Formats: sequence, structure tokens, C-alpha cells
Amino acid sequence: MRIDGNGLINRAKPVSFQFDGTTYQGFEGDTLASALLANGVKLVARSFKYHRPRGILTAGSEEPNALVTVGHGGSQDPNVRATTQEIYDGMDARSQNRWPSLAHDVLAVNDLGAPFLGAGFYYKTFMWPKAFWEKLYEPIIRRAAGLGAISGEPITDKYERAYAHCDVLVVGSGPAGLMAALTAGEAGADVIIAEEDSLLGGRLLSEAGEIDGMPARDWANEVAIRLNAMSNVRVMARTSVTGAYDGGTYGALERVGHHCEMRDGLPKECFWRITAKRTVLAAGALERPVAFQNNDRPGIMMASAVRAYVNRWSVAPGKSVAVFGNNDSAHDTAADLLAAGVHVCALIDSRPDATTTLDVPFYAGAQVSGSEGRKELEAISISRASGTDKVQTDCLAMSGGWNPTLHLACHMSGRPDWDESIAAFVPKPGMVPGLIAAGACNGVFSTAACLGEGAGAAVVALEAIGLQADMPKMPVAEDRDYSISPLWAVAGKGRAWLDFQNDVTVKDVKQAAVENFRSVEHMKRYTTQGMATDQGKNYNVQALAVLADATGRGIPETGTTTYRPPFTPVAIAAMAAGAEDKGFAPERFTTSHRLAVKAGAPMIEAGLWYRPSYFPVKGETHWRQSCDREVGYVRNAVGIADVSTLGKIDIKGPDAAAFLDFLYTNMFSSLKVGRVRYGLMLREDGHVMDDGTTARMADDHFVMTTTTAAAGQVMQHMELVSQGMRRGMDVRFTSVTEHWAQFAVAGPKARELLNGLLDAPIDGESWPFMACGDMSIGGVNGRLFRISFSGEHAYEVAVPARYGESLFAELRSRAEALGGGLYGMEALNVLRIEKGFITHAEIDGRATAFDIGMQGMMSKKKDFYGKGAAARPGLLEDDREQLVGLKPTGVVKQLTAGAHLYRDGAEPVRVNDQGYLTSVAFSPTLGTYLGLGFLRGGRARHGETVKMVDHLRGIETTCEVCHPVFLDPNGEKARD
Amino acid sequence: MIELVAKPPCEGLLPVTIGTVTLSEPDMAPLTLIAPMKGKEVALAKAMQTAHKLEWPEAGATSGANGAALVWFGRAQALLVGVAASTKLNAHAAVADQSDAWARVVLEGEDAREVLARLTPLDMRDRAFPVGATARSEVFHMQASITRMGADSWQIIGFRSMAATLVHDLTRAMESMAARSQR
Repeated sequence: MRIDGNGLINRAKPVSFQFDGTTYQGFEGDTLASALLANGVKLVARSFKYHRPRGILTAGSEEPNALVTVGHGGSQDPNVRATTQEIYDGMDARSQNRWPSLAHDVLAVNDLGAPFLGAGFYYKTFMWPKAFWEKLYEPIIRRAAGLGAISGEPITDKYERAYAHCDVLVVGSGPAGLMAALTAGEAGADVIIAEEDSLLGGRLLSEAGEIDGMPARDWANEVAIRLNAMSNVRVMARTSVTGAYDGGTYGALERVGHHCEMRDGLPKECFWRITAKRTVLAAGALERPVAFQNNDRPGIMMASAVRAYVNRWSVAPGKSVAVFGNNDSAHDTAADLLAAGVHVCALIDSRPDATTTLDVPFYAGAQVSGSEGRKELEAISISRASGTDKVQTDCLAMSGGWNPTLHLACHMSGRPDWDESIAAFVPKPGMVPGLIAAGACNGVFSTAACLGEGAGAAVVALEAIGLQADMPKMPVAEDRDYSISPLWAVAGKGRAWLDFQNDVTVKDVKQAAVENFRSVEHMKRYTTQGMATDQGKNYNVQALAVLADATGRGIPETGTTTYRPPFTPVAIAAMAAGAEDKGFAPERFTTSHRLAVKAGAPMIEAGLWYRPSYFPVKGETHWRQSCDREVGYVRNAVGIADVSTLGKIDIKGPDAAAFLDFLYTNMFSSLKVGRVRYGLMLREDGHVMDDGTTARMADDHFVMTTTTAAAGQVMQHMELVSQGMRRGMDVRFTSVTEHWAQFAVAGPKARELLNGLLDAPIDGESWPFMACGDMSIGGVNGRLFRISFSGEHAYEVAVPARYGESLFAELRSRAEALGGGLYGMEALNVLRIEKGFITHAEIDGRATAFDIGMQGMMSKKKDFYGKGAAARPGLLEDDREQLVGLKPTGVVKQLTAGAHLYRDGAEPVRVNDQGYLTSVAFSPTLGTYLGLGFLRGGRARHGETVKMVDHLRGIETTCEVCHPVFLDPNGEKARD
Repeated sequence: MIELVAKPPCEGLLPVTIGTVTLSEPDMAPLTLIAPMKGKEVALAKAMQTAHKLEWPEAGATSGANGAALVWFGRAQALLVGVAASTKLNAHAAVADQSDAWARVVLEGEDAREVLARLTPLDMRDRAFPVGATARSEVFHMQASITRMGADSWQIIGFRSMAATLVHDLTRAMESMAARSQR
């Protein structure tokens, strides 16, 4: 019910919204919770397990009950706390975990079964038969117990990630946070003040007190204006700091678009990573409930929340309100209600010596021991030594004292101290390096003390980062003692809730203790206490107090559970923001990409690169037709392929040759200028890392080629060798992969094609096989390498990347004029298999040079990386799996990569395994399938027939073992 | 004689203006990676001064003169931007033409720094990253060189092959900032 008063709502701006299909009106400045209460809506949710009717408990981010779903489809957000959700025109919120409606929820029947549904019931009840758990019980339990759900549709909202840096991060903007930010800001530090609310002020916005003679919230507003005016202060409202991490890094979630209609491009949330030299934690404190029988009914609220609704939002949460507490804040609540003209039907204080001057029915030394009503509170029972009274009421404000919000201070595994005087845990200094707790989160509760601690913490932080800082003039504020007498649970029968969100009661915690789950961590997991989305912010301390009592220990010995990030829930969408669709990984495009796509080539990913599989022409219906045709170009005329993705590393320096001698197994210092040599590189363990060609452009200048996949790895490896193993060598290297667009021109007509292009034509004498050097095309300087990955007379021609597309188009048309054309990765693969050239399918990390038949390339004349390890016993045995070629000889003429090899006639089982196929292709040149693979002792078994079995695809055939080079074994064509 | 046509890395993608921020690709300029050989640091610095009037930059710094800039580019290397490297440097350094290896873009405008803050973990406050400062860092999930050219102007150099992704990621952040500042 809305009341008169000067709440922080804009009565001139009504806002219309829907809850469960009914349209309501609130005002600008309302949260969904305050607006619903203003409209007299008390039942807003059903509980997790028992489907109990639930109302609004708090006025902040700690809310366990009032969770709703907002939005629809790809923009649907479940489990939104009504207490933090600001209303906006057209907002559509729905209650959760109920069917068919909130008022009539069929599964409320669970509540009647409560005696059977206590802590750990499913561990005991659904044991047999074993298979039923996963298939039947768990799905049913999961459906019955629940929170909101996502829509299952692709997300349509945008999320964002961002970084921020500051000298001083202030977490929270109550009196301590405001003073800290002001002090640090005025000293000239870069300050970020993060506040999860939409306004700065913290509790000051909800309390009736004064600071410096003006209403506290006006003072807060004045400070906020001053902070906003400082260029070195960044005010981040609607931003919850969710976690503390190493090196002064904090995670924070900003709610950017939750409080308004979604605009195009506007992120809904932003996940910030804030790096701060020092942090002032001024997160305040959270009021804790008292456990008594049926303390979860709609209408039973935290006393501080009742004050907030009355003072900040001008809403009376009830017509006749009872107030119950064990400390003075209960009295404040009654006073504020009276001042707002709300009837107070009872003030109950559990402290026997409590007094009051308020004109209300006062019960000292009394406790609320029960409640009545179903969908809303109707009455409470008040127990005293003299007996029990029943009082009619529709709202109970309760306060069990305050817990400092010390979560962030504990995120790096520090354990807090127990402070007996306030019956609460407080942070220890230094739990998070660079973090200073101040104010209520540090266990001081008067406004004056909070102001002082905030300023003091800022001074300490500023001095630590070398800034001159003085204590500012302190504003005048109330400085009362906090007087509390611990009260965790009111004795009595029936269920008394501790964890409202996960439906955990005092009985459950006691049951855990009885079953010997005495550790607080075990109790937590057994009962699920504190494991809901609110992480038990309100009531964890109560639960462990009950456990301490049940196990006969003190609270300090019982200890707390572990505080972990996030402090408030963070959408996965926010943490992964930007990583969807094209943001998943960078796309690397060659200079010919546009033309390849235009030619209709299906692109395949090679690492981050995109390469064409094949170039279909009209009439072709199957990739094999295209591939066979493209193989024919290279074998019979001339083919063009973009090979720019191969790694290219420019190596210079007087020791460049010596450096390569150490990197490669074979010798490079003997390579002549203007020549290319194939090289093999090993890892430290003596297995093959990569292969490729290296060209000597000058005495002290080489250009190395790596495979596409290993380009980064080889570069890293070279850094390691250069910085770690051969520090004395004077050599420099850099990747030039991206600088050059490089194309293979392969086939008997390759030279003919090139000579039409090159400014200075070449012949067999000037450019023999494995020659390299500078050349120019149309005045553009580039490089030419006579190397071949197809076995044909072939070249690779390189020009600066800006000319790549242009040259590619030119090469294509000239090749086509000569009866050739473009070829893709499929044809490239067939061509190299026909020639027995290896790729990472063969050198997969397990193969040695010996295994691939290149033991002869491991120089005996010099040391090289991996030499010792490659000579280890077992790596040079004759019965190792060795590279062989395979041709099908059986009825089935198909080979498949990944299939395994067995002796002909042997049963194809694991123990009989003889090897496997790594690469296969249909060779249009030879008219048969060809395979490369590894076979035990294979080099000595050429001519033998073995059985190939592909267990996955169900293919079986026999094949002949042969030399891995199927075509032109003496390499005459390339030398042609 | 055949004439090859040059195509800049971001052709067809830029310029883009969203909100207060513009992302554009300057004309392609000579880019040369220069790494001093062992013990030649002083000689190289001297040759650089003579040939191009440029100071050899400290880590994280740049130097500029006559429209050319020398940008620190990682351990023991710098990128000469805007002028072809003098052959006199070859005696003291490994010199590699990288003019076509990188996509070089400029992000400028009132919210440019905030756009970058969505993509790079660098501390870009005036004190930490004044005009002329440079760093090798990440732009979303690619590595790049970032240089502050003016109060609201930043040069970003990324792999040429990833130009489309670089533009995509920057554009997305620009859209985000523009939508935020509409409020």
C-alpha cells in the first residue's frame, strides 16, 4: 500500500508493468518488489522444494524468495530478484516454480510430504533399483524442485565485457564508501566507486537519520553529485563487485539494460575486470532473520527491508505491522512505521531488559514462536515465560542482528574472525592483499563510525600508493552503540526456516548433525543449505550457529563455509560476452579468399585459416569429380593453389646457418645461396615436431617454411632455443607469413606459365630443382622457389600480400588457358599421397624420424635438438611401426584413414594390432585407392598382404604393403 | 606487361563511424621490423638517428620525426612506420619488410578509449598510457600492437589475415559504446 511521504520515487512519472499477466502501476524509482507491495501483492513466489507460498523478504540483492522471470524468448531472464529489478514501462515479469498458477500450485502437495522430504531424503529414498536414479528419479525431482528456466531459444540480447583500472576501488556507497571515495577523489587518486543499487547511498537511502543536520539521503545525494563532478572518479552504479582475484583484480557485473526496454546494440550486462592498486571494501552488512516456526510466510520480512519500503519507496508492507528483534534496529523500525502513520500492533524484543518509549504494545523478553496464514501472514504467536499470546498481523518485521558483508574479503581463502560483541564474523586485515574493509562490513554499525572508517581506509590506501592524504572534516552523525543478544532459533516444534531459497530448516541442520555431518562443509552439502543462487547471504551464520549448538561446539570452532565468487549471480552470457558467432575465434583469410569463395569453393578450417577444399565446375555433383579433375591439372598441365598459410620465418644474422644446424636434424650450413633444402625438426623427446623447406637467400639470410598447423609452435620453439639453449648465437628471426602471398604453380606447364608473367624469364639452368631467389612480376619484387609438394615440375611464387588477389586471378586465367586451373586442399592431399609426402597426419607427435624412414637425415656430424633423445633404446627398433604405402587388393577397393592393420588371417582384435592408416586418397592418376600408414616392421614387409579393418565404419579389405612413394619414385618429374 | 593491383588489408571494410568513434585504415605505408644484432644496439641507434632522425624507443615507447615513427614492437625490436628503411641499418640489424604483414587501423573519437577498454586489458589511463605510449597486447582474442597517437586517437596493428575479425571486434565494441551513450 502506497503511503504519503517523501520516498525516492517520482510520483509524476507513473510506470505500468505486468506481473503474472496482471497490469500494475508503480512509479519511476520503484523496484518490482516495492511496486508489488505498493499494489498489495504479497504472494510472489513458490519455494524450491516444498512449493510454499513466499513473499518478499528483503530489499536488496540478498533476496532469497522473490525471484521472477523477466522477458521472453531469446531475451528471457530467469531468477531475477524482484528487489533489485527496477520497473520500466511494458516490463513483463512472471512468477516461477508453480503450476498452473502462483495461487494454485499443484506441487504444493510437497509441503504435506515434508516429513519425508527432509535433508538427504533422496540419498536414502531413491536408492533402488540403481538404474532408476538417472533415468527416473533425478529427472522427476529436478522438474518438481526448481527455479526459473531459460527459454531454450538462441539468445537475442547483447552482453559485454570490459576492463577498467584505478588507484582506489571502493566497493559500496553507504556512509563508509562515500567517505572513502570522496577522500580518495579529493586527494587526486583515480577512483572507481561501484554500487549495486541504481543510486549511491547504501543504507542511508532507507534510513530516517540525519548527517550534518540534513536527512542522511540528502547528504548522500550531495556527495554523489560531488563525486560525479570529479574527472578522476568513475561512479559505477548498478554494478556488483562479484569476486576478488589475484593481483588486485576484481570481477564486477554491471546491469546495463535490465532497467529499461532493450535498445538496439545496448548490452544487457557488462562483466568488468577492474584492476585496482588498493580497494576499500565498504559493502555494508546484511540483516539476518530469526528461525521460528513457519517464519517463511508472505508478509514476514526483514526489519531493515520494512524500513526501506517505508522510507525509500513510501510503501507500507502491511496494515498492522508487528516488529520482532534481538537488537535496537527493531525499535527503529517501529519508530519509522509510526512516523509514517502505519499501525504497529506489537514490538517484541527478545532481550529481557529492553525498554521502549514508543507508544506501541511492547513485549520485552519475548519471542515470536509461530505464524499463521497460508498465502499471507494472518497472525503470530508471541511466547513469554508467562505464556503465549496470539496477535493478528499482516506483516512481521524481524531482525536477528547484522552480518558484515565480508564476502569479497574471503574470496582468496582467508577465514574471518568471530566477534562475540556483535555476534558476527568480521574480516581480518590482509585477507585479500590491498583490500581494506571499512564500516559495517568491518563490524562497526553506527553511521558516525562508518563515515570515519571509510575516510580512514581511504587515507591508508592513498598513503600506500604514495599520495598525500589527510583525514577530512567528519560530518556529524548518530553514533549509538549496537546492542545485541544473540538469538538464532526460537525453540519449538515445527519447521523453522534457515535457508529460504533451498528450503532448509533448523530440523534439517540438526538431522545432519545427528547423522554425523559435523563439519560445516559437510552439513552444507548434505542439507544444501546456502547452495542456492543467493548463496545463503542472509542466513549462513545462523545455520552454522544451529550446527554449533547441535554439536556442542562454539561458533568460532565450527567455522564458516568457504566464501566463493560470485557475490551475486553472473550470467554465463556476460562472462562469455562477444564470443558468440564471429566472435568465437579470429578468422584468418588468405588474399585469394574472396575469389575462392566466388568460385564456389567450400572453405575448410585449417587452424584459424580458411582454405578452399575444391573448386566445383558446372555439372560436377560430387567433390571427388572436382578433386580428380584438379589432380589432372597438376599431373598433365598446370595447377594453382594458395599456399600462403604455410609459416614463413625470416632468419638473419652471422650465426643463422649454425642456428639452423642446431634446429634441424640435417645440415644447413652447407646449403648454397640460392638453394632450398628440406629439413626435419625434432622435439626435445626426439620425436618429429615439424618439417618444411628452408631457402638460403644470402650467406646470413634464410627463409624457413613450416607447416600451416605448426607455424606458431615452430616460432615458439625457435625463441626457446635462441633465448635458452643457444644464447650466444647472433641470430634474429621474425614471422613473415602474413607479408607474403604465396602460390604453388605446379605441373608440366608451370614454367611456361611463369615465363609469361616474370619480368625476366627463367630456364632449367637458371632455376633448377630446389633453386630459389628474387624475381619480379610487372615490376613488383617477389620471390620464386622451385619446390614441389606434388612431385611435378613446380614452383612457389611469392609477392607482397597486397598483390595476392591480383596475382591469384592472373595465375588462374593463365593456367586455364594452358588446360589447367585452380586446385584445392583435396587435390593437394591426393597429389602428396601419390608422392608419399608426409603431413601432420603422419608426424602426429608420436612418430620418430626413424619411423618415417628419415633416419638418414639425422646428421652424425653435428649436434641437433632432440638428437640424444632420438637415439634412446626403443626408438630405433626394427619392429617399430614404420611408414609404408598401402594399396587395396581385396574385393573391397576402399581404404579408410584410421583403420587398423592386422596380419592376413589374424583375428582383428587389439592384441593382434599391427598398425594403422593415417592418410588415404583415391588416385585418379593410378586408378586406385592409396594409403599411407604405419605398420610394425613395415619397411621390411613390402609386398606382403595385410588385412585392413575399420571397426567404426565396418569396412574390411586386404591390402598390399608397398613403398610409400607410389609415383615417380626417383623424382624425375620434379627435376624435369 | 602485366600490372598487379594492390589491395589494402581492410579494403571494403573501412572507414566506419559509430557514435562518436571512427575506425579507419590509413594509406598503406612502409613497415619495417628492425632488430639489432648482438652488441649492435648503440650503433643501430646512431645509424637510425642519422638515417631517419629517430630515437631508438624504450620498451613501451615510440619516437617520431618527419612523418615517420619508430614503434617498440616487443623484445629487442621496433617497427619503422611510414618511411622505407635505409639500407644503412642492415649493418647493425636484421631488417625485414613487413609492409604487407599487418593491418593498420586508427580508432579515434571521444569514446575511442572506452571502445578499446572492451577489448584490451591494457591500462589506458593518461598516466599509464600517455600519447606516444605503445604496447603489444590483445585486442579481444588476437594479439596486436596498440599505440596512442593522440588524446582520442589510437593506432592498432593486427595480422593482415585477421583484418576482418579485427574490424568485427572493434565495430561490435563501437556499437556497444554508442548504444550506451544514447542514454
